[in-house]
Amino acid sequence: MSPIQRGAEQDPAAADVIETTGARQEPQEAAATETALVGAPELLANSVGDYAGIWLKRVRNGESGVLPIILGLVAIVIYFQLRNSVFLSAGNLVNLMIQAVPFILLGMAEVWVLLLGEIDLSTGYNGAVGAVVTLWAAYTLPWWIAIILGLATCAFFGALQGTIITRLGLPSFVVTLAGYLGLEGLLIIILPHTGHGAGGSISVPSNVLDDLTAGNLSPVAGWVVMVVLVALAGLFMITRDRRRRASGLVAPPLGVTLLKIAVMAIAGILVVIVGNTNRGAGFATLRGVPWAVLIVLGVLVLYTVVTGRTRFGRYIYAIGGNAEAARRAGVNLIRIRTLCFILCGLTAGIAGIMLASQLNSIGTDFNGGEYVLFAVASAVIGGTNLFGGRGKMIHALLGGLVIAVIYNGLGLIGLSAGATYIVTALVLLVAVTIDTLARRRGTAG
Amino acid sequence: MVTASAGDGARPASAGRAPSAETGTAGSRSADRGDAPLLRLRGIGKSFGPVRALAGIDLDIPAGQVTALVGDNGAGKSTLIKTISGIWQPTSGEMHWNGNPVELHGPRDATDLGIATVYQDLALCDNLDIVQNMLLGHEVRRHGLLDEVSMELTAKQTLADLRVTTVRSIRQLVGSLSGGQRQSVAVAKAVMLDARLVVMDEPTAALGVTQTELVLSLIGRLSARGHAVLLVSHNLNEVFQVADRMAVLYLGQLAASGPASDFDTQSAVELMTTGKSGRLGGGHGSGTKSVSSGGRVSGTEG
Repeated sequence: MSPIQRGAEQDPAAADVIETTGARQEPQEAAATETALVGAPELLANSVGDYAGIWLKRVRNGESGVLPIILGLVAIVIYFQLRNSVFLSAGNLVNLMIQAVPFILLGMAEVWVLLLGEIDLSTGYNGAVGAVVTLWAAYTLPWWIAIILGLATCAFFGALQGTIITRLGLPSFVVTLAGYLGLEGLLIIILPHTGHGAGGSISVPSNVLDDLTAGNLSPVAGWVVMVVLVALAGLFMITRDRRRRASGLVAPPLGVTLLKIAVMAIAGILVVIVGNTNRGAGFATLRGVPWAVLIVLGVLVLYTVVTGRTRFGRYIYAIGGNAEAARRAGVNLIRIRTLCFILCGLTAGIAGIMLASQLNSIGTDFNGGEYVLFAVASAVIGGTNLFGGRGKMIHALLGGLVIAVIYNGLGLIGLSAGATYIVTALVLLVAVTIDTLARRRGTAG
Repeated sequence: MVTASAGDGARPASAGRAPSAETGTAGSRSADRGDAPLLRLRGIGKSFGPVRALAGIDLDIPAGQVTALVGDNGAGKSTLIKTISGIWQPTSGEMHWNGNPVELHGPRDATDLGIATVYQDLALCDNLDIVQNMLLGHEVRRHGLLDEVSMELTAKQTLADLRVTTVRSIRQLVGSLSGGQRQSVAVAKAVMLDARLVVMDEPTAALGVTQTELVLSLIGRLSARGHAVLLVSHNLNEVFQVADRMAVLYLGQLAASGPASDFDTQSAVELMTTGKSGRLGGGHGSGTKSVSSGGRVSGTEG
């Protein structure tokens, strides 16, 4: 984990130690024949049936992807629905989506640094400080300038911690623990200075900030946005496959691609149907897909493209997988690592603003420690590895949803806060256990 | 041809592979007498504080040939290749690339010259696939995003050129490959960057018989394609199988160097373990290149 002096550069004796420790295990060769298909299944298959076969093999080898978490999510949802029929009502589902937003966004913040094998414990309070700055500024400035200021503050603290970690080679755990405490202190100190912090909390002054979580798309707009998004995604996938085929490379079978587009469309349709159902109480009508859903989706798509399709993203995975290899390939470790901490902070800022919008205020009673732990739990439940190199932004979405479902469901069936914590703890343990056991059975390491 | 640097100097061998020394490897002869070798080291020394890891290394590495670097543990093999690949700067001596003096201030400088090093630990990312590993640090972009298609084509072409055919898909994660396959990927990665000198550190140390053959034939193809190969190895059988030239390190100094045909297993072992050998095959006076002055093996670490 120590960023720079990994390897043996400083130590002449170590040079020859490397020579003697070359016993790469033979069993690996035997295992390789069996797990020879680890990789993107769509690039190895020739037909839908082939694809399913390879995919099953991968699941058995521990590369199960997001399948277990989706199955788990479905199981939990069924359980809660059986216990309380309100659970799957449109009103509660929309409520659940909004509840999940801070977990998801903080989880995505953590994914940036978890991919490097680092951790950021300060995201909760960093986001809260950013939210305070945004709300404070929104009393006098336009909402969008306020948001930029808030996000810049969070990015700054991310950069500060990232610089200390990478330049001085300190462990991120300790540096961000200091950040956690320092930012909690800063939160308590600046709140009274805002002039709007009576009673230890600052409330949301602007309608736009409020609408980030309270506002909805019109029913028609919801459909239009959904159709456009699915069409764009589908078009992108099909043209990509076509380009691969035209270059003589293996491309996923058309059936698989169509299946994926269909799954996306169904998910989109469900979300829009739920969102467009009237969830108003009494005579008031309240319908439409929340803005928050679109915001989270936007961040997810942007981050997925950056991590999966850019050179910067590729380097993050490379550093997480083998920092020494990345360094030898000419990757600027300090720059990439620091950027990840900045992005982590920035994303924490988005989460903080969304949370403030949802609570209509942010105050000193904010429990940043708990949020950080839930954020890490979101990413890890979703399948992101704590030791770097493995994980995706979508994991934070799935993990965040699981945590929100547990919170929401246990609340509905009237369990105490204590029980909620215990259940969340068990889910986290089960998720990590399944992941680790499956991997141990499959590819070594 | 070979000049032993050990105290009592070179003596004509009474046995071993002396006859073959006359003919040698055709390629090695011409390279020795012809133009400047691809890489020439003169008096390279490297100290870590009071510890002298290398002293007075004179070594020529010609193109199109496999030069084997052998020596016991602690002889300085790793230090030497790390100096050649720019990780460490020598404390004394000069390096000439194609006859021009060069100074390497970092691995990037070496890569820019065309020196690629395949380390024993391979420096691959298990969590990335073959294409991603091969193009790490040299990604191709299109509209600002990674151009997976052209990268995959490049990787595919390189692997085909080297006839690395054992992998089922180049989109496999490297973590799922066998040791020999990993070595092949690491070599292909080096070659793809237009490396003219490929330095390989114990490429077969951890491999089984079949995998070793795979890598050795790959080394042969590399030199046949005109790359210079510097092979660090413990395994003398392997060295005699593929090497055109040999250099023996002993306690940080060059005990001997010359065409591989001038050595036999016994003389190589003697040189590796004692720094001198009475059984050298060379010493017929026609040597164009005297490797080092005698009596210098006084031990830097002993």
